[in-house]
Amino acid sequence: MADDDLERLSFEQAFKELEQVVARLEGGDLTLEESIALFERGQQLAAYCGAKLDEAELRIRRIATPAAGASQDVLS
Amino acid sequence: MAQLSLFATSQPALPYTVSQLTGYIRRLLEEDAELQDVWVEGEVSNFRRYTSGHCYFTLKDAGAELSCVLWRSIANGLDYLPTDGDAVLAHGRVGVYETRGVYQLYVDALRPAGVGDLYRQFELLKARLEAEGLFAPERKRPLPAFPRRIGVVTSPDGAALRDILHVLGRRYPLVEVLLAPTRVQGTEAPAEIRAALAALNARDDVDLIIVARGGGSLEELWAFNDEGVARAIAGSRIPVISGVGHETDFTIADFAADVRAPTPSAAAEMAVPDRMELQAALEKLQRRLVAAMEKRVERQRWALAEQQRALRHLAPAVRIATARQRLDDLLLRAGDRLLHRLALQRERLSGLVARLESLSPLATLERGYAIVRHAESGRIVHRVDDVAPGDPLQVRVQDGTFDARVT
Repeated sequence: MADDDLERLSFEQAFKELEQVVARLEGGDLTLEESIALFERGQQLAAYCGAKLDEAELRIRRIATPAAGASQDVLS
Repeated sequence: MAQLSLFATSQPALPYTVSQLTGYIRRLLEEDAELQDVWVEGEVSNFRRYTSGHCYFTLKDAGAELSCVLWRSIANGLDYLPTDGDAVLAHGRVGVYETRGVYQLYVDALRPAGVGDLYRQFELLKARLEAEGLFAPERKRPLPAFPRRIGVVTSPDGAALRDILHVLGRRYPLVEVLLAPTRVQGTEAPAEIRAALAALNARDDVDLIIVARGGGSLEELWAFNDEGVARAIAGSRIPVISGVGHETDFTIADFAADVRAPTPSAAAEMAVPDRMELQAALEKLQRRLVAAMEKRVERQRWALAEQQRALRHLAPAVRIATARQRLDDLLLRAGDRLLHRLALQRERLSGLVARLESLSPLATLERGYAIVRHAESGRIVHRVDDVAPGDPLQVRVQDGTFDARVT
């Protein structure tokens, strides 16, 4: 599996996939090659989730409402 | 003939008829914008409801009285019908009932006046909407576990927004906040709140909405008891958390929302997971991942060792050694058996020899008997008739032979 497809995952998707990977690896009945591949994917997902949690900063935007008028971007 | 007064006005060229004058007065009143959209406060008296369903009453205060009409169609739609002595706020337009030459207030909205009566209004509206099923638990939508974008409907300058942003920033900064700014009190507030909810619902990227306002009096929170606002919240496709006022404040919006939070900060807490808990869960998953992998490798190592053991068992050197050992073992046991059999045979032989010896003619010779043979033929002499006088004989006794002749 390519690294760039990770970027497209939301935090929720990556986290849930990691849970599935761990469950499969614990389940057994995998060849050694499959186990290694799953393990590497799991490490990737864990690193991705961890980075998202550690580095995120709250973003705030203001949307247009009829009374307010034009929208503008507000940095947090 | 009566004397004309000096002060009488001169007769006009064309006098008004009564109808015309009344019509004129009517137009005057009905063209006055102020009088066509007016709120009046007063005390109700002489309230009557006719079989037709139409209601008539008088609003009065210390200085004046006002006749009021409440048509059946409107009366049926009201939560509240007054009793005599109630202080009320009535809304409507002023008109003229020409036939009787009176002006009247045609009422289209009516509510009890005074703060204490606000609570009554609140209870009435809540009861009506609840009976409609607007607050039913089955209508409540589940909140998303990991929202990506949260719409916040609140005042851009208020403490509620600051509190919400603070909590979201601490707990789950991954989320993006879309602020839909509105007024949160005053008569324009309900319309703005409804518009904000509509704008957020029109988007396809918002997972969750928080409607919030800081603490205040019942009048200050009144916009969140607006029926239109309640319907907009209940009808929102996107789940709504309401966080209005303090812990003890309950507004109609709170009942209509999918989840009620006691304060704006609590609304933000309910909206998102906690970053620290997620980090702990993540670490636990990583530990399980590594442990599972190590176990898998260990299994592989063990399987390999097992195969090596099996292999060694099958190696030629081992098989030869094993075979040799078996041979030695067999020989040992065979040898034992052979000796055993020999011993047995020997015993039998001894036995037979003993029997043979007991049957042997030599034993008889030892007892003094002799064996007599013809000297030439060697035939044994059994009977007297076997010999004639003068035959040479050989006599065998136990320790040798000697010759003899028959006389």
